[in-house]
Amino acid sequence: MDLVEQFPVIIIGLSMFLAYTMLLTGYLNRRLPFFMSLAMNSFFLILSLFILNHVLTVGPIRYWQGGWRPPWGIEYVIDAMNAYLLVIVISMVILGLIYSRGNVRHEIEERKHVIFYTLVQLMAAGLYGITVTGDLFNMFIWLEIASLTAYALIAVAGGRALRPAYNYVIMGSIGACLYIFGVCWIYSVTGTLNFADMRLLLPLVYDNRAVQMAFAMIVVGVMIKAYIFPLHLWQPDVYTYAPSTISSMMASVHVKVMFYILIRMFYSVFTLEFIKHFIGLDLLICWVAAIAILAGSIWAIKQRNLKRMLAYSSVSQMGYILLGVGLSPLSPWGLVGAVAHILNHAIGKGCLFMCAGAISQQEGLKDIRDFGGLGKKMPYVCAAFTIAALSMIGIPLTAGFASKLFLINASLDAAQYPFVAVLLLSGLLNLVYFWRVIDQMYFVKHKETENGVEVKEKGKSLPISMVVPILILAALCIVMGIVWLTDIPMPLINHILSNLRMGVTL
Amino acid sequence: MIEWVTLHILEKYNFWISMLIIIIGLSACIVKENFLKKLIGLSIFQTAFFLWVVSLGDVGRNILFTWGLKTQTPPIIWKEAVENGYIYANPLPHVLMLTGIVVSAATTAVALAIVIRIYQLYGTIEESEIIEKEKEFEKMGVM
Repeated sequence: MDLVEQFPVIIIGLSMFLAYTMLLTGYLNRRLPFFMSLAMNSFFLILSLFILNHVLTVGPIRYWQGGWRPPWGIEYVIDAMNAYLLVIVISMVILGLIYSRGNVRHEIEERKHVIFYTLVQLMAAGLYGITVTGDLFNMFIWLEIASLTAYALIAVAGGRALRPAYNYVIMGSIGACLYIFGVCWIYSVTGTLNFADMRLLLPLVYDNRAVQMAFAMIVVGVMIKAYIFPLHLWQPDVYTYAPSTISSMMASVHVKVMFYILIRMFYSVFTLEFIKHFIGLDLLICWVAAIAILAGSIWAIKQRNLKRMLAYSSVSQMGYILLGVGLSPLSPWGLVGAVAHILNHAIGKGCLFMCAGAISQQEGLKDIRDFGGLGKKMPYVCAAFTIAALSMIGIPLTAGFASKLFLINASLDAAQYPFVAVLLLSGLLNLVYFWRVIDQMYFVKHKETENGVEVKEKGKSLPISMVVPILILAALCIVMGIVWLTDIPMPLINHILSNLRMGVTL
Repeated sequence: MIEWVTLHILEKYNFWISMLIIIIGLSACIVKENFLKKLIGLSIFQTAFFLWVVSLGDVGRNILFTWGLKTQTPPIIWKEAVENGYIYANPLPHVLMLTGIVVSAATTAVALAIVIRIYQLYGTIEESEIIEKEKEFEKMGVM
């Protein structure tokens, strides 16, 4: 057995073990948990790069827990999609950790720091777990670990974050329960919980009502977690009042992993044949996504609080990924767009939320209308914000442009022209709400300086550990924008398409 | 008519009962304004769901109709069971739901902790009153 095949379980086991060790060492030294977490996650990043390399050169990794073969034991399956997502999740967690070093001191009381880093590490463990598992029930357990720690992390700041956190507990638990409900429905029909086994058994029972019911329940349950438009009600408050590190991590990785569950269900468990079996199901998904894209953008225009605006923008961006998934039965470019947007939205929105946290930390500003003259006070953060915002809008040579190009290509390929109009219109709406912020930053003078009053220095300058992740993400927005247009990611895309059984390669 | 009732209601009584309790729990979750009542609704919802999954482990016919006939045995193999060819219950749903109960207990604990913090902060756990107080606090500039 190859050593690389042990890496997934090493990542999971060590990150769970690490979380509890961090809690104990926190009593010895309060600074230690952060450095432990950072060091171990960097180690995991190296392991995940080895996994990605192995998956692309040799083939999918299958790890049987305790040596039990798949229909009975729990199996970890890593194919190109997992490995790709695992690299994204681990690197975003590392950047979030570096950012949290300066941010947490400002937003959370000192006695909670140890437990904060422990919970972050546990949430990361849950997210890695969802990513590598190949078992429906195991996925539910990791899902709950990731969600329960997220509830606690949102509430940790106290104050206004408590009510949204409670609403999220209720909504999230209903979502998770609907997911496991659906899983038990299909278990009662097929008698298995393994992805690969389920895929083989399901085609015989497509017309069984229990299977159709299970599909609906799983999709709705995961959609609550991934805040697709009509089910997004818990999300704006949570993202507005949670600590900035957590808003950034949730928008960049937590929701992506939730979406990954949906992708895994669509392609590896129910397969595209199931979606094609019910005529119009794919178009229904596309229209839900189109409404989500437009509604999220329109609500974002109305907002005055920067973080709340970014939250609604996330609602709209999740619609893009869902649109890609919905178009994929008609055109493989849809899946390519969805896969690309998972990365592009992670780096773009992660950067934007980090900038929002930095602005509120240094200047104490949350309302967009007070941002006048910010471009001179915080040049690096504002430049990074502008680049990430341009990427969200989809200006050419930024990351967002590539995924929009793939999605427009998919809608043209599938001859679904209304969605081209939706994508272009949404780009315009994105421009409207992001331009308001950029306009305030660079072209409006600060009110107090206009009156000749000396500007009061509210906060110290930002620690370097907060600026570096923001700049790295902003640079990635441009680098990825160029990389997606070249041939470099083609092997990865072809592997993902063949692993998810699209039946075509590009 | 009687056949239909037997086929769809009496034979599947576990489905009907657990679905009824699930709907009660879910409606409490959505309709109630009191945060504790919401949590109670969530717990009812989850417990009813566990009840349904556990009843799935019943692989033979329902006990109601096999009364006095061949009953199921626990999933333990002993000599008499093998000789007589007893049908044994499927253990997997029970095991899954043990894990599910742990998860639901953890959810309840986290939710209760947040409710306590909310009560300490606002002095109430009615959602509408909390929203009013949040507006007041915002005017005062506290939060």
